[in-house]
Amino acid sequence: MNYETVIGMEVHVELHTQSKMFCRCPAHHFQIGANEHVCPVCTAQPGALPVINGRAIELTVMTGMALGCQIRPHSVFARKNYVYPDLPKGYQVSQYELPLCEHGQVVIHTSDGSRKQIAIERVHLEEDTGKLVHQGNASLVDYNRAGVPLMEIVTDASIRSADEAFAYVQKIRQLVRYLGASTGDMEKGAMRCEANISVRPEGSQAFGTKVEVKNLNSFRAVRNAIDYEVQRQIEVIEEGGTVRQVTMGWDEGAATTKEQRSKEFADDYRYFPEPDLLDVDVTDEWIDGARSQLPELPDERAARFVESFRLSADDAAMMTEDRAVADWFEQVIAAGAEPATAANWISGELFRRLKDTEAAIEDVALTPAQLAELIGLITAGTISGSAAKEVFAVMWDEGGGPTQIVEARGLQQVSDTGELESQVDAVIAAQADAADKVRNGDDKPLQFLMGMVMRATRGKANPQVVQQLLRDKLQG
Amino acid sequence: MPSELTAHAALDLLVAGDLTSVDLTRSILARIDASEAQINAYISLDPERALSVAADVDRRRQSGEVLGPLAGIPLAIKDVLCVRGGRTTCGSAILSDYVAPYDATAVARVLQADAVLLGKTNMDEFAMGSSTENSHFGPTRNPVDPTRVPGGSSGGSAAAVAAGEATLALGSDTGGSVRQPASYCGVVGLKPTYGRVSRYGLIAYASSLDQVGPLTRDVEDAALLLGVVAGHDARDATSVDCPVPDYRAKLNDGVEGLKVGLAREFFAEGLDPEIRSAIEAAAEQMRLAGAELVDVSLPVAGHPEYCVACYYVIAMAEASANLSRYDGVKFGHRTADADGLQQMYHRSRSEGFGAEVKRRIMLGTYVLSAGYYDAYYRKAQQARTLIRQDFDRAFTQCDLLLSPVSPTTAFRLGEQVDDPLTMYLNDIYTVSVNLAGIPGISVPVTTAADGLPIGAQLLARPFEEEVLLRGARVLEQSS
Repeated sequence: MNYETVIGMEVHVELHTQSKMFCRCPAHHFQIGANEHVCPVCTAQPGALPVINGRAIELTVMTGMALGCQIRPHSVFARKNYVYPDLPKGYQVSQYELPLCEHGQVVIHTSDGSRKQIAIERVHLEEDTGKLVHQGNASLVDYNRAGVPLMEIVTDASIRSADEAFAYVQKIRQLVRYLGASTGDMEKGAMRCEANISVRPEGSQAFGTKVEVKNLNSFRAVRNAIDYEVQRQIEVIEEGGTVRQVTMGWDEGAATTKEQRSKEFADDYRYFPEPDLLDVDVTDEWIDGARSQLPELPDERAARFVESFRLSADDAAMMTEDRAVADWFEQVIAAGAEPATAANWISGELFRRLKDTEAAIEDVALTPAQLAELIGLITAGTISGSAAKEVFAVMWDEGGGPTQIVEARGLQQVSDTGELESQVDAVIAAQADAADKVRNGDDKPLQFLMGMVMRATRGKANPQVVQQLLRDKLQG
Repeated sequence: MPSELTAHAALDLLVAGDLTSVDLTRSILARIDASEAQINAYISLDPERALSVAADVDRRRQSGEVLGPLAGIPLAIKDVLCVRGGRTTCGSAILSDYVAPYDATAVARVLQADAVLLGKTNMDEFAMGSSTENSHFGPTRNPVDPTRVPGGSSGGSAAAVAAGEATLALGSDTGGSVRQPASYCGVVGLKPTYGRVSRYGLIAYASSLDQVGPLTRDVEDAALLLGVVAGHDARDATSVDCPVPDYRAKLNDGVEGLKVGLAREFFAEGLDPEIRSAIEAAAEQMRLAGAELVDVSLPVAGHPEYCVACYYVIAMAEASANLSRYDGVKFGHRTADADGLQQMYHRSRSEGFGAEVKRRIMLGTYVLSAGYYDAYYRKAQQARTLIRQDFDRAFTQCDLLLSPVSPTTAFRLGEQVDDPLTMYLNDIYTVSVNLAGIPGISVPVTTAADGLPIGAQLLARPFEEEVLLRGARVLEQSS
């Protein structure tokens, strides 16, 4: 029997704000000494009260807008009650009945090149928990992360494969990065995913029993865990069993899903409106203000690159994958470079260098104007393509402008017929056989003769000029 | 005796140089020495700190420095408010060794006003109670009659002020916890409008109802202390940014031209006849002072069966979450030995909380549970809206409402401890005020035949404490 996979995703995204969700402690917590970014509020000292970080609301609403959601003019924070040592108050301030954003959709691009729309049920805002550190027999708690703003994005059950889930998570990461809402860095826990997975016989309308899989903390994990869990559920059914409703965790090392707890007794979080906070009422003007901060989003931008710069769809996708790259690319164009050439240089030489050095484009010393200048030198025939690669390498490694490097290293292409004529004559004299063949109308050795001239000029000769000279002399 | 003085009278003497803060503080401390063994108003006392602050204020006054509005006045703080570096217990074993790392905003403001902090007063554990018998640190007794309770939960503050063990005190009022003990002890107790005084650093019982309020010897002192603690605080999202008037400026403007409403529902059966006639006499005094008496109706807010039920559902629901943080992990009591996390939670909380607190946590957890939320919590929120609307409507017909504070005078210790439902009915005239968020004041108007004080309650529109205090001043002068 063939089975259809049904997946709904919950993605938690840590917002990139200066301070925490409800206090003024710094929100960053990576590689900070334990309990250094804490205060009475985020450690739940008796009597301490939360105050909403307005920027977190703004970033969540902007994300909702980018996901085509309706922004609720009236939303409410609620207490989600459960007990664990990493949760200082014994409840998490979250949103339940009235989230900030609802009913959106996002288009994903799967690896086979197709596009699909995924419905977003809601985007809401909550606070992160602290972290437990286990040391021998003891467990220690670090509250640096407690109270960091956490945005949760929930889809409906319209995802049908691990590939689609992967593409969806990529899309979410791309969007939150574009918006400056989050670093989207899964390795540092800035983005954490859970998948609700079920399978059903192809053609069936009823949903199968869903299993919640947590700990999908890398792109690889998203794909592998879903593939594994789908296969596991199919095997259970094929062997005549039934899938139980449980919460599983993905064990990256063992590459299996492991049962964390049974869901036979539904969790009862006893949500109720958070009395320490006022309801969040946003006006039309405020919403307009948030909307005006939205950057051009990646899909729109790619469409514009195709339209205005005549890039191929692939090149446009590559140039818009990352907002900083797209900005950089547009600066190269603005400095006068030909768009397709610029895209080639960026996706080729530049990306290779970025990958080798694990650098971000914002951090490189090379400027868009310098790359445009380099491309200009090629277009003008001042340097050859191979010399340009050498110039690029020098620019990357040592810095400096391309024109200056070309001059300093004498890499200018020689196009002057007077200067090249003697070299051409010398090659014709030395390679008499090949020259004769060309004289008799055989063009094949022409490339060989050109190569010899290029070697003699150490690559600086303009190939077109050399070819013209050879033809003039042998066939003219 | 300086310990008998009101704060404003003491301030006049201090400013005139006829009294020093050290002498005033000594007089209070002497009274504490004499009475505390019997009254037990305080959980912790810091006489050395009090005397050193008093001496400092005297020195600064002598050198001509401009001092704060409470300069040199000995003040007690209910142990529900955090004071940095000191023990803040909330009357509970679970916080018996807790040292707060910060000052509550109300505390910071009285310290800024140069008050002399005496210590922390006794209270029902986590402000849950109406008698100050639910304290880990033993019950407080009523200074008027030590066989009686002082009321609660701010019983320590009320008793301290009544006994001359403090000139001023701060309490907190969630369902009557300032007004009822004020009435039982014969002092003035004011619950400000919700949002008038910052709750930052006030250990939460029921967040949507809690409010810090003064307990004082007279109405003018209540005006004085409210003026110091009131005002917006960026650390409390529910505090309201609305100007704080000088509450003493119009204190003696009287009630001429004001309409004073009497809700017929407040005089239904169950009310002690002595209290009924005391309130009727108070109404007559208001009329003689120039107010117009009007009959109003509070069809929902006037009915204890609605208000008390609504109050306890909401208060216990909020409390069940507010008290989750006492888990033995971060601060407070942790059981001596436990095998694993669940047992640590279970034992720490079982050992740390008293019976009434446990009862309310369980009830609150229940009313929020899946399948019961709509029947209890949501219904209570709807009832709360109706209660608010009742008061809104009444205040279109009058400027002040006059009512009893409590259906009885101070009862005997132990009389109601085994009967929580009767205990809860002490709050029938006060809880609706917290549910509506409006301000209320309890003023002593007379004494019963057995000598116990009887208080009258005045209520006003939100943020009209000024009118409330004017009305209270008239009641006080005619009592």
